[in-house]
Parts: sequence; structure tokens; C-alpha cells
Amino acid sequence: MAQTVAANTKWWSGGKSPFNVEYGKLMMWYFLMSDAFTFGAFLIAYGTVRVSSPSWPDPNFVFQSFPFLGSGLPLVFVSLMTFILIVSSVTMVLAVHEGHHGNKKGVIKWMLWTIIGGLAFLGCQAWEWTHLHHEGAWWGHNPFPNADGTVASTNFSNFFFTITGFHGFHVFSGVVINIIITIMTWRGVFERRGHYLMIEKVGLYWHFVDLVWVFVFLFFYLV
Amino acid sequence: MSNETSHVHSSTVSVPHETHHEVHHGHHHETFLTKYVFSQDHKTIAKQFLITGMFWALLGGLFSVIFRLQLGFPDAKFPWMEALLGEWAKGGQLQAEAYYALVTMHGTVLVFFVLTAGLSGTFSNFLIPLQVGARDMASPFMNMLSYWFFFIASVVMLSSLFVQTGPFSGGWTAYPPLSALGEASPGSKVGMDLWLVSMALFVVSSLLGGLNYIATVLNMRTKGMSMTRMPLTIWAFFFTAVLGVLSFPVLFSGFILLIFDRHFGTSFYLSDIYINGQALPNEGGSAILYQHLFWFLGHPEVYIILLPAMGMASEILSVNSRKPIFGYMAMIGSLFAITILAFLVWAHHMFVTGLNPFLGAFFVLLTLLIAVPSAIKVFNWLTTIWRGNIRFTPAMLFALGFVSLFISGGLTGIFLGNSALDIQLHDTYFVIAHFHIVMGVASMFGMFAGIYHWYPKMYGRYLNNTLGYIHFWITMVGAYLIFWPMHYEGLAGMPRRYYKYDIWESFKQFGELNKFISIVAIIVFLVQILFIFNFFYSIWKGRKVTTQNPWGANTLEWTTPINPGHGNWDGEIPEVHRWAYDYGKDGQDHIAQTVPVGANESKH
Repeated sequence: MAQTVAANTKWWSGGKSPFNVEYGKLMMWYFLMSDAFTFGAFLIAYGTVRVSSPSWPDPNFVFQSFPFLGSGLPLVFVSLMTFILIVSSVTMVLAVHEGHHGNKKGVIKWMLWTIIGGLAFLGCQAWEWTHLHHEGAWWGHNPFPNADGTVASTNFSNFFFTITGFHGFHVFSGVVINIIITIMTWRGVFERRGHYLMIEKVGLYWHFVDLVWVFVFLFFYLV
Repeated sequence: MSNETSHVHSSTVSVPHETHHEVHHGHHHETFLTKYVFSQDHKTIAKQFLITGMFWALLGGLFSVIFRLQLGFPDAKFPWMEALLGEWAKGGQLQAEAYYALVTMHGTVLVFFVLTAGLSGTFSNFLIPLQVGARDMASPFMNMLSYWFFFIASVVMLSSLFVQTGPFSGGWTAYPPLSALGEASPGSKVGMDLWLVSMALFVVSSLLGGLNYIATVLNMRTKGMSMTRMPLTIWAFFFTAVLGVLSFPVLFSGFILLIFDRHFGTSFYLSDIYINGQALPNEGGSAILYQHLFWFLGHPEVYIILLPAMGMASEILSVNSRKPIFGYMAMIGSLFAITILAFLVWAHHMFVTGLNPFLGAFFVLLTLLIAVPSAIKVFNWLTTIWRGNIRFTPAMLFALGFVSLFISGGLTGIFLGNSALDIQLHDTYFVIAHFHIVMGVASMFGMFAGIYHWYPKMYGRYLNNTLGYIHFWITMVGAYLIFWPMHYEGLAGMPRRYYKYDIWESFKQFGELNKFISIVAIIVFLVQILFIFNFFYSIWKGRKVTTQNPWGANTLEWTTPINPGHGNWDGEIPEVHRWAYDYGKDGQDHIAQTVPVGANESKH
């Protein structure tokens, strides 16, 4: 919604937004900073406990199953999950792009793909959780030995389910919001409003959730 | 996002934000419910925060009176106490468990509900739109939600006082394992669950409020109100909000892990624990981890409490000295420095946890660095009143009292910031004395100053001055009489949070002193009731405000009508042409921010 403004505009002198954004987007940015601290605290807590433990389960051993293909495929499934989530970010970018052109149909199309991507990710996570649960992992239970062969504490499972659960909850909220916004688009709310800023704000949240997953993926599966 | 529909107007960027509000002026058919209960007017929400905060202050103060009775008169019996507390004061004697619960609730309530919600909730809401020149907050709807989340948090916390096993009793910091294991103490059972639920709701409330304050300060300033023309109050509220938005989420994470430890068999904070000779299965967790997460909020929290008081004191000292604030930019700079440092010093609460002394050295350095911006602020306040034409209104007295307390309490902070001295002083009454003076009472004084100063704008009437002076002097003298002696007790090693001291040979000598402290505490508490009487009496019976600008102040809130409606200004929002501190300039008593700069005007 940036309008053309003279080059010598005094952005900070009052009467206008210094960033040329309306308040909702500004709040979204600050909310995401706040939420980054929530996840940061979780991940640092996890890192602290993990580093101070003598040994830790090997993710290549824990995450090696794929539906219908059995086990022995380390990190293949989670790579698929990650790919799906990143693709859903791309479709979100396309939805925002269509919004800039005021193309209602395009927005709906790409929002639907984003929703499908989010649901697919949640489905994958549900499968993974169920699978791990069948193997005996849950909050307070950890069947996986440490990499050095010793018995591990339960904290591997504790952190895994808490943090991926918290992230999954964010994805779930994102999907719900996306659905609401898509319905609003379909009913022409934003068309009447004259702009699709709401898609941008929801998009910011969706990309953030995606970015957080990259860190979760890094610290739980790769390291 | 639901606020989007009600705020279509703000979404078109670069349109001066005053125009859209005119649209709303047509439909002001307000019922009692929309005007006083589910109001979206920032002024009403501010009063809701204030009155809820006052309720909690009264209750939290009453808690301290009851446990001070135990500390001052450990052997006395108070039959009325049994009538009030029942089992908790069997035979008129406060039980140990009740004592711990009261101490815990006193801390929780005063820190979060009174000095966070009651202070910045009230004055950020009230002053930000009025002083930056906005019709209301960026999102009035979220603002309303912020209050109601606080209200629900209050109800949940209050309900924990009435459960059979009592409220949480493990200290306001809620360290595990006491907070993680229900078997650890009666208060660790359902009382702790309610405590956690209440605090989680409180974090949501604080987030909704904080995002609004930030967005309003950045986006909603009126024409001409550049950042460096804003009154220092607004700068203080802005940094307070930033602190809250970035530190509360870390506490929230810590609480989520704690909830899992309590109910889902995890061991985030638990390892190698025996209860009644039974070993628990928990292994691999770290109780220190909780302390890190807690104090990452906990330390910024003291600045969340203190900064609004600093901002309001700056404004009130300048207005009532009839002099510009000294070192305006240095004041902003020091607020900023404090905000940054607030995030980097949390481990000074943990020097004796076995923290690596090498790491401790950095936290000592960063902690002591806070003395620099703090001293800048103090010297600026002193130079502001220096040779001023001081008007000793109750608000001014409380602002001066704030500076006095901030100096006294700040100096002992330099003692406590040293990791070596902290070995002796940690968890003693020295700490109690330090933080009550510098953070507790000082911020209360900032809050009182704000209430006395802006009461005319809130209710269109004045508070009674005589009662105000009585309130100030007894509270001021009382605060020092209560907390000064505690330094001596702390230096002698007297630990905090103990139920009884007369059974300890080393602390017997303080029996009479404890009695003295308790008596003064009760007197001071009674004077606060006088203030609350004054507050409510004056809403209806106080002397009426007859002029728009009773204090001769420059800021924008005094350009609104005496009883401003929702939207604050009847006509256009005024434009701002200068900073807020042109007092005694070019022979003029004061020049409001709305007055254009004259051709021959001198520079400030």
C-alpha cells in the first residue's frame, strides 16, 4: 500500500506512519519479534539441557521411518515435511502477489494451495508423532538410547514433543487464520476494502512459522 | 485480526489519521455497558486498570500487614485473624504455610498486578493517545481485550486464595522444584496451577497492551509531533512496552515447560529429587534453567515497573519547577541504555547458584553499568528542579519522593551487583530493603505522582490537597522507617522469607526492630486507605476543575476539553510546533506545544 511520496518527506515528524505501514502490520512485526523470543527461549532451553548432558540420542536413528516404506530412511520423511512447508510459503508469496494486483481469483487459488500445504504438514506431523508414540516415546518416556549407547534421560522426548507441538500449534492457528481470510476474500471483503493488506499480514505470520520450522528442523533433526 | 473490520479507516496509509475518526462521531449512542464496562475508550480502560490495580494494591498491602504482624509479634494471638482466615490462623496465630502463601501473593500481586498492570496499564493507556495527539489507541478493541485478559487473570488469581490447599506459597519467583511438584507443599497443588493460569493470561494481556502502545506511539503521532518532541512520559511508556513485548514471552516459555513438569511427567527442571525419602524418577533436568528463563523476564520486569515512574516524574518535576527538563536527549538516551542493559543483567539474581564466576564477572560489569544511565537521570532531575520556581503540589512531592527513593535504593544496588558481596547479602533483608525502596516504593511514588497530577484530566475534579499532603508525608517517612532498618538486619545476615526469627540466636537482637517495622507498616497501610477514600470521594465530591490547563503545562492532554469525550478533541487534532518543555522561556511562563515558533524566539 505504499503510496508515492515526495523524496523529502519527513517520515518521523508525526501525522503519518514513519514506516509507511498501517498499524496492523506494525503490530504483526512486533508480535513476531515477541514470538521469536518465545521460540528462542524454548530452543535455548533445549540447547542448554542437551549440551550439559553427557550424550544425546542420534536423530538419524530416531527419525528413520517413512509411511509404507518402513525404516532405514533417516531424515527422509522430515525432509518431505520441510519441503511441503517451504512450498506453502512460496504459494503464500504468490497469494500476496495476486493481492497486489487486486486479483481476487488468484488470491483464492494460492491461498487454497497454502492451506493445503499447511494441512499436509500437520498431517505429516500427526503421522510422525503417532509413529514415535507407538515406538514408546511421549512426554516423560523416551525409548531411544544415547548416541554412545548409554540410557538417555527422557528430555529428548520432552523437548521434542513440547517444541514441535508448540510449533505445530502455530501452524494450526495459521491454517485456521488462512481459512478465515480465504473465506473473507471469497466473500469480497477485501475487494470492497480496495486492498489485500490482510493477506500480507497473514503472510508475514505464515513465513515466520516457516522460518521457525527451519530452526526446529536444524536443532532437532540435523544437529 | 478481528479488529480489522472495526478499523477499516486506519488501513489506508498516509491519510492523516484524524479524518477517519470523524466518521465515528455520528454514532455515539452509548449504553452503560459500552461506556463503562466494555469500553473501547482508552481513558475508560485506563481507569479500569487503575481501579483494579488499586483493589490489588489494597489486598496485597493487607497481606503484608498480616505477615508483618507475624514477624513483629511472633508470639501474640489475634482472634480477629482467625475470624478472617480460619484454619490459616488457628488460635489467632498465623500458620507457617499461610505465612509463606501471603508472602508469595504479596510479591506476585504487587509486582505484576499493581506495578505492571496498575501502573503502565493505567498511564500508558491514559497518556499515550492524549500526549501524542491521537483520538485513541491504534486498536481500541485489542486495548479492551488487554484489560479483560487482565481482569480474568485477576479473577483466577483471586480464586486461588479460596481453594482448600491455599494459594501458591513458594515465593513470587516460583522456583522449581517447589513450584513443579505438587507433593512439595500444600500451596504447590492446585494453588500453583491457578497461579500459572493467571500469569499466562496476564502475559497475554501485557502483550496485547504492549503492541498497542508501540503501534500508537510510532504510527499515531499528530502532525509535528516528531519523536524528539514527545514528552518523556511517552518515551518511557514506549520503552516499557518494548521491554514487555520482548521479555514476557520468555517467561511464558518457562511457564509452559513448568506446566509440563507438573502434569505431563517431563523433567525439564527436575533431577535427582527425594521427597519423604522416596527418589523421584525425574532425571536430566535443571532447576537453574528455570531461573534463567524467569530472570530473563524478571530483570526487565523491574524496569517495566520503574520506567513509567521515571517518565512521569520527569514530566511532573519539570511542570512544577516551571523549568524545562534538563538534558532531554540525555534522558531519552539513558532510557534507551537502561532498556538495552535490562536484557543483559539477569544472571545477577543467580550469583550464588553456582554460576561460573568468570561469567559472573561480566554480569557484574553490565549490572554496574546501569548506574551510569541511572545517575544521568538523577542528575538531570536534580538540575531540573535546581533554582526552579517550585510548586509543592502533592504530585510534585511524590515526584521528589520518587527521586529520593530512587537514589537511596539505587545505591544499595551497587552493593548487590557485586558477585562477591552478594555471597553475604543474597536472600537477606538487605535485598528486601533494596528492591522495595528502589522498585516497589519508588514506583508507587511515581504512580501516586501520576494520579495526583492527572486526576483533574481523568475526572474533571481535584483530589483533596490536605489529604494528599498527609498521604505523602506519612508514606514518605514511613517508607524509610520500614526499609532503612532492614539494611542492618540484612548486613547481619538475617535471611528473607523465614517464618520466625526469635528462635535464632543470631537474629534475636532484631525482635524489637521487627516490632517497630511492623507498627510503621500498619500505619502506612492505614494512610493508603485514606488515599483510596480521597480518590473515590473526589470522583463525585472533589473540587471541580474550572480551567482547561490547571497546572500550566505544555503537553497536549491539556488542550482537550475538561471532560474529554471518546475521541479526545472536539474539533481537529491540534498540530505540534515545539517540544513539551518550553517553561520560563523569553519571559513567558509556559508555551504550549501547539503554539507555533515565533520569528524572534530564542533557541532552547
